[in-house]
Amino acid sequence: MTRGWLYRLPLPALLAASALAADGAAAPAADPGKAVAFYLVAAVTVGSALGCAIATNIVRMAMCLLGTLGGVALLYFLMSATFLGVIQLIVYAGGTLIVIVFGVMLTSRAYGVKLRPRPVEVLAALVVCGALLVGLVAVLLRTDWPAAPAGGAAEGTVAALGGSLLSVYLVPFELASVLLLAVMIGAAYLAQPALPTAGDGAGPEE
Amino acid sequence: MLTIGLTHYLVLAAALLCCGLYVMTTKRNAVGILIGAELVLNAAALNLVAFARYGAGGLDGQVATLFVIVLAAAEAAIAIAIFVNYYRVLATIDADRGDTLKG
Amino acid sequence: MNKFSAEDALRPRFTAAHKALALRGFVIAGVALLAAAVGFGFVAGVAQGVGYAAAVGGVVLAGLTGACCLLAAFVIRFAALVGRVLLTLALPIFLGGVVGIVVLAWIPALLYERVDGIKADHPGAAVSVAQFEAALTGNAAAARGPAYLAALALWPLQFQLTRDVLAVVGVVGFVSLVAMFGIWWERKVAGRMQSRLGPMRVGGWHGWAQSLADGLKLLQKEDIFIAGADRALFRLAPYVAFIPAMCLFIALPFSAAWVARDLEVGLIFIFAMLGVGVLGVLLAGWASNNKWSMLGAMREACQMISYEIPLGFALLVPIMTLGTLRLTAIGEAQSGGFHTWLAFANPFTFIAAIVFFVATLASCKRAPFDLPEAESELVAGYLTEYSGFRWALFFFAEYAEMFAVAALASVLFFGAWYSPLPASWGAAWADGPLWQRAVHGVLYSGPIWFVLKGFFFFFVQLWLRWTLPRIRLDQVMYACVQVLLPLTMVALLGNTLWLWLVRPGAWLAVAVNLILTAIGGLTVVAMAAIVLYGYLNRRRLVGTMAVDPLPGG
Repeated sequence: MTRGWLYRLPLPALLAASALAADGAAAPAADPGKAVAFYLVAAVTVGSALGCAIATNIVRMAMCLLGTLGGVALLYFLMSATFLGVIQLIVYAGGTLIVIVFGVMLTSRAYGVKLRPRPVEVLAALVVCGALLVGLVAVLLRTDWPAAPAGGAAEGTVAALGGSLLSVYLVPFELASVLLLAVMIGAAYLAQPALPTAGDGAGPEE
Repeated sequence: MLTIGLTHYLVLAAALLCCGLYVMTTKRNAVGILIGAELVLNAAALNLVAFARYGAGGLDGQVATLFVIVLAAAEAAIAIAIFVNYYRVLATIDADRGDTLKG
Repeated sequence: MNKFSAEDALRPRFTAAHKALALRGFVIAGVALLAAAVGFGFVAGVAQGVGYAAAVGGVVLAGLTGACCLLAAFVIRFAALVGRVLLTLALPIFLGGVVGIVVLAWIPALLYERVDGIKADHPGAAVSVAQFEAALTGNAAAARGPAYLAALALWPLQFQLTRDVLAVVGVVGFVSLVAMFGIWWERKVAGRMQSRLGPMRVGGWHGWAQSLADGLKLLQKEDIFIAGADRALFRLAPYVAFIPAMCLFIALPFSAAWVARDLEVGLIFIFAMLGVGVLGVLLAGWASNNKWSMLGAMREACQMISYEIPLGFALLVPIMTLGTLRLTAIGEAQSGGFHTWLAFANPFTFIAAIVFFVATLASCKRAPFDLPEAESELVAGYLTEYSGFRWALFFFAEYAEMFAVAALASVLFFGAWYSPLPASWGAAWADGPLWQRAVHGVLYSGPIWFVLKGFFFFFVQLWLRWTLPRIRLDQVMYACVQVLLPLTMVALLGNTLWLWLVRPGAWLAVAVNLILTAIGGLTVVAMAAIVLYGYLNRRRLVGTMAVDPLPGG
């Protein structure tokens, strides 16, 4: 039987939520619509993260990661960090995830081959992660966080972010660019086809 | 429950973190492990933005998140390059099989 | 997983039991949702001040969904009748759709202004229906007069959620129209470029209803799944391609006031959505379990990631010049007419405009970069295994993206929604008598010019597709890395130096502006001349325009 609607369901919801969440700054603090949007997006985010954990097919995992990344971007929108939300979509969903899917396609020859973990591993991981989650939530709910200054970040975030990147955070910014250069060279070196060397009979296929 | 505050986001991030950890520990496909790492990074970034929004840090959390995103992209590029090489040498992507240094 | 056999192909997909089940389900769901909408409305009316936005969202969402369910039930029950009505009333329905979209976009802009005015008079909580009526009639004690109905209609518009729902409906409608019109137009353009007529039969005048007929045909096609494919991902892929293409339009300003969300980061939001849409193609290729699909998807991913770099660099030039990511602000900066458009500001923005256009061709998979679906090499690339509605969704996404990038090019470099006529020429007529104001409104209207410019660049895309041959993959990469990327870097550096060294209004700036404006003007005049020549000589170029009667018709 067809179960197509199951997969279709979150997408219109996401569309509506993104429209709803796109300008977080305009709405007042205690807005029930915003709370509904938060719970909707949070459900999508955690749901796809769980899907990531459950899925055995690596491409399905990547698609679940897309759900999580999009959900986190919407959460950024909800927290009026619009610039970060968009950067998350460009770099993560539009760049990193495509690289990951590309990597999957380059490294799995047989279609739908599944590498399953041993049951004991799953059990141990479940126990550890469950314990960690319970502990973290217990701590988080009991901690009394310092209250926010009124309003929080609002319009003009992009200019402020740019200003602080080029003043206070100039050194990390430059370091990040050096890192990116190193990564570019390193990735190009690592991924180049093996050079034919003299007397190398047992080299990798090429 | 209708006023969303810092705790909501922190609990959500904790859930993401645990999912990421689970993925990292149980998946045998190397790309799957990378996906788990991305989940963990996202949880951390979400925390940073939540503190920037509801805490007293101003925009610092957002700047830190920008760096997290950049680092995650760099990490993914290098990791995929390594995996492609790994696959070329071992003809599998199973991370458990990369034990040739064990002797 | 079952293998697909010959018996499966012959067995009807839907039985009478299916039909009855669907009918019952839709009726029950529709009635329940409508009841829920009434209930929400009742709650919103009674519980003043509590959960207004949520209640209104409930009314609108539940009401719309319920109505759609009942409509679906009606179509299932009276399929033959609906088909006959659609056939006879095709033109009115189509025109009604066009008018409806325009009204949906235009009326709210007027209404929102009025509602916001009334809302400003009542600060604090939501404005009640009675207060609306009082504001409309000007009488504070007015009770349930004829204005009450108008007030009742205006009341939901004060909530952002209602406006968002309306905006989403408008976007979906507009994108559908763009895709249907675009496909028909492409076929006509292709025909004319090959000295033939293109579709001529369906609907009467030049086969205008061809896309409508194709759409109906696609809806009825069999929904094929391949044995051994990943069904879930196969189903998901068209939506992953389609949803970002829709979300693009949330941030696209049709005019200063006609934008669903005037995002502070609108420009890179659109850029992000273009990037995310690729995942759908990639997924489609993977899920089809077909070598051709896979190759097409790999090419698309490769091409898209590479061309995002020159595209991003080209975007940086207007961002740097104007210092904003807000699309409406970028548009406002070019309001003065033809010579103030950003593409003509200095040589480097001109280069950036050209690079931007070329890079968007690649990111929309248009020729000469249409390698992902190269029909002579890859069957149909990632579309090979798709049929019916899912296939149509990919096409909707593609044409929506084509229009969006064309419109984005006009926003960034070619004066956004402003008329090419200098603003100073029309200034006197803006306050004149009614006929002068009407002429001014048409000649200087934002959305009209925006859509015109969008379709102009859309047409250039079609023109290129049917003129240029497809290039090889290594040539695609060469063009990106060794031609476009250095060009954009030169443009970025040059633009920096220009902004730093050349004061606006200096003789160099004015001279360069004049030269570039002249080049742009000459290009437009030359294109107009070509089109005019083609039109005047259409009988000779295309052959006879007469349509033979259908055999047996």
